[in-house]
Amino acid sequence: MTEGITTPGAGWRRADGPPAQKRQKRRRRRGGGRPGGEVAMVEEAEFTSYYGRPIIKPPVWKTPDVPLYLFLGGAAGSSSIMAALTDLTDRPALTRNARYVSGGAAIASVVFLIHDLGRPERFLHMLRVVKPTSPLSIGSYILAPFSAAAGATAAVELLGWFPRLKRFGGVVAALFGGPLATYTGVLFANTAVPSWHAAHKELPFVFGASGMAAGGGITMALSPIEEAGPSRKMAVAGAAIELAAMHRVETEFGIVSKPYHVGKAGRLLRAAKSCTAAGAALTVVAGRRRAGAVAAGALLAAGSLLTRFGVFEAGMASARDPKYTVVPQRERLAAREAGQQVASNGHAPTITR
Amino acid sequence: MTSVSSASPAFTGRDPDNRLYGPLPDVQAEAGYDGDHPARVGFFTDTSVCIGCKACEVACKEWNFLPMDDAHGVRDVMGLSGMSYDNTGQLGANSWRHVAFIEQTRTVDLPMPTFGRPGDDRNDTGRSVTDGPNDESLATAQQSSVLNAEALSEFDPQTGQSGTDKQIRWLMSSDVCKHCTHAGCLDVCPTGALFRTEFGTVVVQGDICNGCGYCVPSCPYGVIEQRKGDGRVFKCTMCYDRLTDGLQPACATACPTQSIQFGNLDELQARADARLATLKSQGVETARLYGRDEDDGVGGAGAFFLLLDEPEVYGLPPDPVVTTRDLPAMWKSAGAAAAMILGVALSAVLGSRRK
Repeated sequence: MTEGITTPGAGWRRADGPPAQKRQKRRRRRGGGRPGGEVAMVEEAEFTSYYGRPIIKPPVWKTPDVPLYLFLGGAAGSSSIMAALTDLTDRPALTRNARYVSGGAAIASVVFLIHDLGRPERFLHMLRVVKPTSPLSIGSYILAPFSAAAGATAAVELLGWFPRLKRFGGVVAALFGGPLATYTGVLFANTAVPSWHAAHKELPFVFGASGMAAGGGITMALSPIEEAGPSRKMAVAGAAIELAAMHRVETEFGIVSKPYHVGKAGRLLRAAKSCTAAGAALTVVAGRRRAGAVAAGALLAAGSLLTRFGVFEAGMASARDPKYTVVPQRERLAAREAGQQVASNGHAPTITR
Repeated sequence: MTSVSSASPAFTGRDPDNRLYGPLPDVQAEAGYDGDHPARVGFFTDTSVCIGCKACEVACKEWNFLPMDDAHGVRDVMGLSGMSYDNTGQLGANSWRHVAFIEQTRTVDLPMPTFGRPGDDRNDTGRSVTDGPNDESLATAQQSSVLNAEALSEFDPQTGQSGTDKQIRWLMSSDVCKHCTHAGCLDVCPTGALFRTEFGTVVVQGDICNGCGYCVPSCPYGVIEQRKGDGRVFKCTMCYDRLTDGLQPACATACPTQSIQFGNLDELQARADARLATLKSQGVETARLYGRDEDDGVGGAGAFFLLLDEPEVYGLPPDPVVTTRDLPAMWKSAGAAAAMILGVALSAVLGSRRK
């Protein structure tokens, strides 16, 4: 038999029909149904799979636990920094509110994180070892001191005890606040989930900026407008950076950017964008009026929350469809082969895959 | 509090010792074992002689007391996949060996007896290995079969009315945890439940795992999985308990065709190279080794395969890369983003005048 030599893959095809039928069905649905008339960025790619089954296992993280944890961690982290800085510049009401926000959100995020474990009673096993290769390990060592410090600071603020300890606790929380808001991007990116991993440089910025928008928005809504200037500025800057970074995630990565546009994730992220943009605009226009500040803060918080849910769902979708695993890896292999041919022949290859 | 991550020094700068990525000559030493550790062991799964009997699956379930599950890993449910003879479906918490089954149509280039479909021999005399068809008619048949690819896929196997040169082959491959040189699951485990054994394999300690689930999406092969109702994760241990007693893993012991070969990894690699050369010399051009290359994305696998088609046909990723390869870049990015928050907050506070 000589086919093997002449035809790549010896011309073998799956004998039974499902993948071909499925592909056709998907095309038809795409043509008709998608609202908004968004232009498909990537052509439907040809790929092989094992009966359409996913190659990687989708994360077992629960929703809403994990997206809520990300949202609360982001809001808590940025608020704690705000609280520590405003404490030094005599803005008592804003400081107090930022401390309540960061303390409350920190404690709640710990609850959500523990609830997400398969064996919640073993949550202390997180602190058995320190592993820089595990974002969740490092995250535990960020979250544990942060939630202790932020929680304690909020508690003494509430009770009115130990004013000096309050300032110290606030500074400790602020030290861990930034990493808490951004490490979650690494947590997601350091997986084999195609749409998360591809955006591994951008996700920490998306989550950090989204945390600023949420933290700034919430503290702005809660505080007297004459004190809330820093919150407004942080909220607007956070919203702008979030929109810019998210735009990169949604456009820069070819086929694995697609899950951010379609289905549930696409709807969530479109809503997130609208909320964030509207919240930022409202902050600029009406942030110095009570009602405007409250509405803008709520919009920004909602935008941040929706961003987390959207990114979470996009990753889940990219893990469930083998296309997002196979096609980029095939492209990578083809590029490598092309590179080798250039290296060995001294000229560009005429035939790629 | 101890550190089990020997990869930690990689974060101090570049990665000169390939702690995160690249070939690693002594994976146990890198994990902290003394020089007198046993040799690294592995599986070589030669799918060209797999007969799909699933003895490996049964032996594995029996030895490791794995619960029954259906084709989607749902525990204690009996269910057929409805897609092929494969009713195991996938690797998971309850299936540590999975025999993939793929039926393909076209002409045969396997070193096994070709067999026509019922009715294949109605229009011509029925080609088989023994016939030795003349080259020209074969070439013509191939030509037309390529052109008729679409028509062939419409073909009804029950009637045998068309596709005179159409033949069928069955690909069977017993998939298993790859026990990677750079194992994503091991890298990301925050509790130290996953560890590198003295044999170079990767094993979960059930009494440590707290079910955080981080290893699940971090495996580029989708091997490790959380068991519903238990909460912890499970995967192939390469029968760690048997290895420590000088026995072979259950699957390799049960395999009747030596498709699953267990042994020291370097011996298996030499054997696999020889086997590949034999198959190539017999004209099986599509044969290739998968997971053998130490320069691949996971630094070479402890369990590697001889495949007869592209990896994705078997449900394997064509170019898996350990996710932690990019982790230094991610931490850098997170640090920069944290600094950005601090900078924005600082300028927001300093730039706002108290009214």
